[in-house]
Amino acid sequence: MEDTAVEEAEVSGAAEFAPALVAAHPFGHSVAVAVGPDLRVFDLQGGCAVSLSDDSGGPAHSDAIRAITFGAGGDLFASAGDDKLVKVWKTGPWRCIRTITSEKRVSAVAFSNDGLYVAFADKFGVVWLEAAGEDDEGHVSADSKPVSIFGHYCSIITSMKFSPDGRFIATADRDFKIRVTLFPKNPMKGATEIQSFCLGHTEFVSCIAFTRISGGSCFLLSGGGDSAVRLWDHINGCLLDTYDVRDNVGELSEPNETEDSNLAIGNICLTNNNSMVAVAIQSLNGLMLLACDLVAKKLSFLKVIRTEKSYIPTSLASRCWEGLLWTVMGASNMPNQSVSQLLTRVKIIPLAQKDVQASAGHDSAALDDTEVPHGEKLLLALQGSLDGSKQEEVLAAVLAALKVSMHKMLVKKNYSEERREQRKRGRNDKKIKN
Amino acid sequence: MTRTSGANGGGGQSGKLPRKRFYRARAHSNPLSDSHFPIPISPDDFDLSQHYPRYYPADKGERGDGEEVEAPLIRFADVGCGFGGLLVGLSPLFPDKLMIGMELRDKVTEYVKERVLALRASNPGQYDNISVVRTNSMKYIPNYFRKAQLSKMFFLFPDPHFKEKNHRRRVISMQLLDEYAFVMGVGGIIYTITDVEELGVWMRSCLEKHPLFEAVPEEEIEVDPVVKLLSTATEEGQKVARNGGQTFQAIFRRISLQEE
Repeated sequence: MEDTAVEEAEVSGAAEFAPALVAAHPFGHSVAVAVGPDLRVFDLQGGCAVSLSDDSGGPAHSDAIRAITFGAGGDLFASAGDDKLVKVWKTGPWRCIRTITSEKRVSAVAFSNDGLYVAFADKFGVVWLEAAGEDDEGHVSADSKPVSIFGHYCSIITSMKFSPDGRFIATADRDFKIRVTLFPKNPMKGATEIQSFCLGHTEFVSCIAFTRISGGSCFLLSGGGDSAVRLWDHINGCLLDTYDVRDNVGELSEPNETEDSNLAIGNICLTNNNSMVAVAIQSLNGLMLLACDLVAKKLSFLKVIRTEKSYIPTSLASRCWEGLLWTVMGASNMPNQSVSQLLTRVKIIPLAQKDVQASAGHDSAALDDTEVPHGEKLLLALQGSLDGSKQEEVLAAVLAALKVSMHKMLVKKNYSEERREQRKRGRNDKKIKN
Repeated sequence: MTRTSGANGGGGQSGKLPRKRFYRARAHSNPLSDSHFPIPISPDDFDLSQHYPRYYPADKGERGDGEEVEAPLIRFADVGCGFGGLLVGLSPLFPDKLMIGMELRDKVTEYVKERVLALRASNPGQYDNISVVRTNSMKYIPNYFRKAQLSKMFFLFPDPHFKEKNHRRRVISMQLLDEYAFVMGVGGIIYTITDVEELGVWMRSCLEKHPLFEAVPEEEIEVDPVVKLLSTATEEGQKVARNGGQTFQAIFRRISLQEE
């Protein structure tokens, strides 16, 4: 049955759908949403949508954006995706200062902690590095080219993060692996020394995030297609704790929708002073909150926050010490949608510190559209439209499409013996797949 | 396991060596495709009792008192071991070192497995330190070995992959050397040899460029008993010698990183 599903997708050549993404400025100045080739930024201080200007002389995004991130200092932002472009933006005021062309589609992007470098990973698992900002005179050197600094062997890198202490760059891939690489003083010469591999996921790793005890040691969190959230000592590559979201599956879904394959972790996000992990799960309309105790090195279930039935977040963002969680749902390339109307829904979930202790009875819930800061103005800017909630059918279609797309891209193909032989016979290595 | 049928070449417990003609396989295998054989999730998950029963008795895990002497770890890896000639040659030279061959082609792996069992059966007390595993070492090296575990890695007569488009399929590359450096202890030695000049130049230049490896001096290479085996012990090496072909070696040592 699994088999036929995969084959069908191959035959019909289903378009790839990219999930909508959200990123929050580290000091709360702004919030960015990407859907398809569309980048939407809202200035939370000025209370207005940001119009993005482009000084880089490069082309604008023309295909789905797959990764967005703010630099640790908040002054830089990067967007990258299927159009093989990496665009580096200054955030105050917002303008694109650099457009880097990649040889392959880009699947992950990150800034080094000092903001000097932007790293991006392509679909072949190669990580490239390029100077991020402008020089002292505000110029971007035109002749600089990205340098490949290391790679995962022909595997899609799904997530890439720098450790808060700046010592490591961590990369997760669809082959169940997380590689932790020392980030050298002169990284343009390559990052060849591997600190550890974090091995334990039994499916693709979809997301990673660093956390740290205030002023103390750093840890790594990861989520994957195996429905597990894992806590790692990334220096030694030791798995410290695993939380399987299926353990609380009863609280997740109605009995008729408990299908394991649908419980892949989509995204994780640290919030509330790194004490909590918000987890977005495929098929869960809402979020799961886990307590992350870095002293005891334990992950434990806190509760599930429900949203309306058709809202299943595709991406999460939060400033780590603030209990305000930005969630977004949407997808690119949906049929019957023009770019300007790419359907996106944004929801904000306030979390109080007391949620950590409170029983499941204490309810956090997504803010109603009328309670959102800056109200309609913000929603209009980030969602593209206001009537998103009325389009349940479209949302359902978005969901289904995303599931297939994620499955196609990340889950290891599993063919029957017979089908494998058939494929071998029909193989044509010279054919250029795209 | 008690009886092996004639169809798979015999060998095994009977002590007769398997015959290669029953294990014909394509010369190449695509390292990029998703694999369909079991891979250990991590080195802890790699069941050594199947491979080295003398060192890892199967019932040991059940006792779990943790008091017994720690069994040795695998120290040598022959990546793309083919029909296992090198392993068989190395086994008596380093009787107390565990070594493993890694091979992607399943039939060839089966052959080596039978060959090792046959050798063990006809030479009791010997060949207990060699084994073979079917895997894609380009994708899964860190799933088998811990950091700094290996002291020798061998890459003998690997696929040349001439076309530039296919260079990323080469088993020695700047990217993969990072992983080999990770699983090798400082001082460990990586041995490469090929009869294809272009590939020989490529492998040497990758190793020269990589900051975690340095060339082993000529004097040391001359007295290293392993080096002779590179061209004489393997089936590929013998074939090259029969045809009077030239070989190209690159032998490098894992060093620790010098930060300027």
